[in-house]
Amino acid sequence: MRASYTEYHPRWLRRRKSTYWWLERVSYLAFILRELSSVFVVWTVAFLLLLVHAVSQGDNSYRQFLSWSASTPVLLLNLTSLLFVVFHAATWFRLAPQAMVVHVRGRRLPGAWIAASNYLAWALATALVAWLLLGD
Amino acid sequence: MAKRSFEPLLWLLFSAGGVLAALLAPILLLLFGVAFPLGWLSPPGHEHLLELLRHPLARVFLFGFCTLSLVHGAHRFRYTLYDGLQIKHLNEFVNLVCYGGAIVGSAVAAHLLWRVA
Repeated sequence: MRASYTEYHPRWLRRRKSTYWWLERVSYLAFILRELSSVFVVWTVAFLLLLVHAVSQGDNSYRQFLSWSASTPVLLLNLTSLLFVVFHAATWFRLAPQAMVVHVRGRRLPGAWIAASNYLAWALATALVAWLLLGD
Repeated sequence: MAKRSFEPLLWLLFSAGGVLAALLAPILLLLFGVAFPLGWLSPPGHEHLLELLRHPLARVFLFGFCTLSLVHGAHRFRYTLYDGLQIKHLNEFVNLVCYGGAIVGSAVAAHLLWRVA
């Protein structure tokens, strides 16, 4: 065991925590599931890049991409990813008041306002993307 | 000490990527991953998408989205392994795979977006 395993901590009296500590409580599990959303964010980027690639290759490969994305494994993966990505978004915006301290005329804006403005930005971004993609 | 100065930058990129992923990933995945494949909505035609992708702003924006989301994912996954599975003895390897993967992914994104003609 090297000392660099635990940076900035001397190895004195540290009780071993179970590897499965996140199964002990629902809130711990929610935390680790939120952290795992990172994997599905990365998959979303990969999926989008496959779409960009297919579109740039022409109409045929775009159609192939569409039928590939309708196959059961890809669909299941995307449904799972959607749940995780929405979980990420909801928790991210809910935590925004903790990360952003906004003062207006010397008074701190209430957290609910900041969270609400973040959710509003989410709704606007969603509407913009839907309009760009679906509006002809 | 020189090593520590990287952390704030990583957290900044993590946050930027977190915001972009939260704003855009759900709707993009809902449309292309679920709604179009299940036939809830009809997908946009090839011409329409190509027209959108040809716009330089769209490509710059998509590149930013991809890069920052990948860094966000890498940074968070690194800490998932660190906290969740307590993989601390492989720190350097994990960092290399996570951030290295994000850099390679960004390069692939730049290449693919650049090639859209």
